[in-house]
Amino acid sequence: MATLAFFVLAVLAIVSAVVVITHRNPVISAMALAFNLVSIAGFYLLLQAQFIGLLQILVYAGAIMVLILFVVMLLNLRHEPASHRGGLQRWLAILLTAGLVYVLGRAIWTEHAAFPAAPAGFGTVENVGQALFRENFYPFEVISLLLVAAMVGAVLLAKRRL
Amino acid sequence: MALEPRFFLMVSAILFSLGVVGVLTRRGAITILMCVELMLNAGNLAFITFARQAGQQGADGQVYVFFIMTLAAAEAAVGLAIVIALFRLRDTTDVDDVNLLKW
Repeated sequence: MATLAFFVLAVLAIVSAVVVITHRNPVISAMALAFNLVSIAGFYLLLQAQFIGLLQILVYAGAIMVLILFVVMLLNLRHEPASHRGGLQRWLAILLTAGLVYVLGRAIWTEHAAFPAAPAGFGTVENVGQALFRENFYPFEVISLLLVAAMVGAVLLAKRRL
Repeated sequence: MALEPRFFLMVSAILFSLGVVGVLTRRGAITILMCVELMLNAGNLAFITFARQAGQQGADGQVYVFFIMTLAAAEAAVGLAIVIALFRLRDTTDVDDVNLLKW
């Protein structure tokens, strides 16, 4: 059952990722990306990381995708014009990335290991919260500073005149 | 057939590579941002897979995914602000038309 769910999710994730990088209409790309993010949330649930799976749907598929779609529609972008750069860069990119997949795939695929039984409470809010606020408290504070900096930066950039 | 970590890592590697292809071949700034999100998510998937494999110590891996999500939100906010500023200035979001570091 879990194996079947994994393969369905894998096909959905890869197909939607291909749509993201190939479709000319940015709105369709954004919708495909939202689909991809939801299927990755499915992977998280399969890996029993429920809290992160929920965050993925709330933060990524919810907030970030709405932000991206909002900007796409605000700027009224329709179709990307055909490239005037020639096909060389495209084919070189595909070729080199195929090499990357091959190298990564060989390294990954030769590593046989089974998942150990999940420890009690793995992936719950309690478990992640303990790790976040005990061992990683200072990084957590730094990341909040980063968010403030990003917020100020975004306002500064998007404002016409201060 | 039981699920193994390598299945998840393989999907993660493929998604990451698709993101790389997107960044290298697309020219719309927003599409490039979306491809970067794709790559960040592939990294997150690998993090969660290793966290699950590590068992008791795996909570740290989930905390890092939490941080990466925050980072992605910040990146999207700043990136989209830059795209809007660019569009206002040049009426385009095509990165090939914006290759001078001045106005």
